Amino acid sequence: MSFYRKAALFAATALTMAASPALAQTEIQWWHAMTGANNDVVNKLAEEFNASQKDYKVVVAYKGSYADTMNAGIAAFRAGNAPHILQVFEVGTASMMSAAKAIKPVAELMKEAGEAFDPKAYLPAVTGYYSNSKGEMLSFPFNSSSSVMWYNKDAFKKAGLDPNAPPKTWPEVFDAAKKLQAAGHATCGFASAWVTWLNIEQFSVWHNVPLATRGNGIDGFDTELKINSPLHVKHLQNLVDLQKTKTFDYSGRTNTGEGRFTSGECPIMLTSSGFYGNVKANAKFDWANAPMPYYPDVQGAPQNSTLGGASLWVMGGKSAAEYKGIAKFFAFLSQTDRQAKLHTESGYLPITKAAYEKVKASGFYAQNPYLETPIKELTNKEPTEYSRGLRLGNLVQIRDVWAEEMEEALAGKKSAQAALDAAVSRGNAMLRQFERTVQK
Amino acid sequence: MEKRTVFAGYTLPALLIIPQLLITIIFFYLPAGQAMWQSFQLEDAFGTATQFVGFENYAELFKKPEYFRAMGVTAVFSLLVAGLSLSLSLLLAVMANKQIRGAGIYKTLLIWPYAVAPAVAGVLWLFMFQPSIGMVSKLLMSWGIDWNPTLNGTHAMFLVVLAATWKQISYNFLFFLAGLQSIPHSLIEASAIDGARPFRRFWTIIFPLLSPTMFYLLVVNITYVFFDTFGIIDAVTHGGPGSSTTTLVFKVYNDGRSGGDLGLSAAQSVILMVIVVGLTAVQFRYIERKVNY
Repeated sequence: MSFYRKAALFAATALTMAASPALAQTEIQWWHAMTGANNDVVNKLAEEFNASQKDYKVVVAYKGSYADTMNAGIAAFRAGNAPHILQVFEVGTASMMSAAKAIKPVAELMKEAGEAFDPKAYLPAVTGYYSNSKGEMLSFPFNSSSSVMWYNKDAFKKAGLDPNAPPKTWPEVFDAAKKLQAAGHATCGFASAWVTWLNIEQFSVWHNVPLATRGNGIDGFDTELKINSPLHVKHLQNLVDLQKTKTFDYSGRTNTGEGRFTSGECPIMLTSSGFYGNVKANAKFDWANAPMPYYPDVQGAPQNSTLGGASLWVMGGKSAAEYKGIAKFFAFLSQTDRQAKLHTESGYLPITKAAYEKVKASGFYAQNPYLETPIKELTNKEPTEYSRGLRLGNLVQIRDVWAEEMEEALAGKKSAQAALDAAVSRGNAMLRQFERTVQK
Repeated sequence: MEKRTVFAGYTLPALLIIPQLLITIIFFYLPAGQAMWQSFQLEDAFGTATQFVGFENYAELFKKPEYFRAMGVTAVFSLLVAGLSLSLSLLLAVMANKQIRGAGIYKTLLIWPYAVAPAVAGVLWLFMFQPSIGMVSKLLMSWGIDWNPTLNGTHAMFLVVLAATWKQISYNFLFFLAGLQSIPHSLIEASAIDGARPFRRFWTIIFPLLSPTMFYLLVVNITYVFFDTFGIIDAVTHGGPGSSTTTLVFKVYNDGRSGGDLGLSAAQSVILMVIVVGLTAVQFRYIERKVNY
């Protein structure tokens, strides 16, 4: 090493040491699962917060998929070095809530830090999803979506259907799908991504029929599944019948089948409103979205839809100073302007009422009506005991079991009734398993 | 023929085996012991409450018909993958061992897939056979086959067997090729002079001399299908449709990872370990006798 390089190194070290008083800042680790454009949004939020004050520094780290991020958080907690803020997807909500020793409830955090926090400022569907039965919010809502029906307007025109009057009910969807099949979409009239989220979870909530007892699990872990009701069986039976002619074509458990919409193969696709960015970038045809269909003979349908997406959990065992910083960061995130910007930039839902009103007043939805469809669904009616959300332990695995049984029915190996009965009994066993691990 | 090396004293031999012993202890005995300990415990995903429950996890497991179904699936899957990958790679190795133009290129290409991670291998096959966009599935459909691995269990099994076999062929190929090359040419030439045709030469000279390699690969392949294939299954079928491709190791992975139930998952891996140790013991006891070293 030459003398000059040594000198430079020395100078650099000295500079770092001179700058170290700035390191008295309290660091706040935020682990998240956002990719692409939404990753940039997360980074920008942290930068803006860090620039807005001097006492705290939010450090973001991308930890992979939602499941990976949650597992990384759990593993880090077990090893005694959990992050301060962990982004957890909606299906992990029950697991986080049950781990009372591992988390710090957000309502408590905000109160202790003296930051203003009004759960009523959030859309009711949002508050319901992330609050306990006493109405205390346990996590901080971050990115939310809901499910909608995407359709190919060009295909509608070709099949002689009105592209501006999409089908509203399930029987109308079935008819439209048959006409679309006749007009050249022989391999797929309509399809659904996230088959259990759409056809069991959202389906129950949208029709205001119980998914599980104890208010869909929100009121207690001793909940039992109710997804073998006549309405659930009827819907699955319809899908099974239509699968034979490919009027409905099964497209997998997750969203891997979504490409069948953007490629033009399936002219109707039920999936998340978060599909927006993908459709906008890849669909080479005129498209739109509409609310999820419902069965018109169900009284009161449609009710309201429920959330997808993720929320931010604060991990337990941190210092008071750190908690104060997290509370400040959440207050920063809650500002109406910031919420409005997050919504229009990321395509996720505005989660506070004020942000929604602000975006609405700006006339944004006139050009982007597709971003308003999921909000209209979520706020369609005042949520009831069985439409405010759901909270089931082991939900990631229970969804797999439901999908297994639906696949058996769709493949003709079981009747719709037998499949859903099995989905209930196997799902209940997993709920008991969860209860066993959280209560002992 | 005595091949024993005689050491004076114990220090040098002890020093020589210590590294291997350490590796075995750190990477096998410790984790295996930990899994066993964990299988007797019940705890939430976060580890905030842990309780010793004895054999409760095992009892829960054997109450479930799905577990026995996974055993059946595993038997079919492992027989198909081990059988196919061993026989295909032997065939390829015998072919590549001949005097042919560009043998080096063939060998390299055949060894290549070994460097591919299981999940990536799975995704590659998934793309080719994906019903809407896959090239192979388009071909199959043009032949009038209603190819649909998302709903047809047999199709899904075919797909994971294909991916898992392809992944393992390179490894087997490499060992078979090395085995073939170590067979003295003089033996083969002698039998050729005696009038043995290639087919007969293979079964009476080459195959018996390959038997140590064959036996080694059999053990390794069984271990591979039992332990290393969850990445492929996770990427290609996620155990579906229904539970037609849910093998034991995929269940271990899925129950522990997405279920967060480490006790139950550990109990399953202990059972899996017992099965594989048992299978290996049987192989050593009965098949090794027929091996000529």
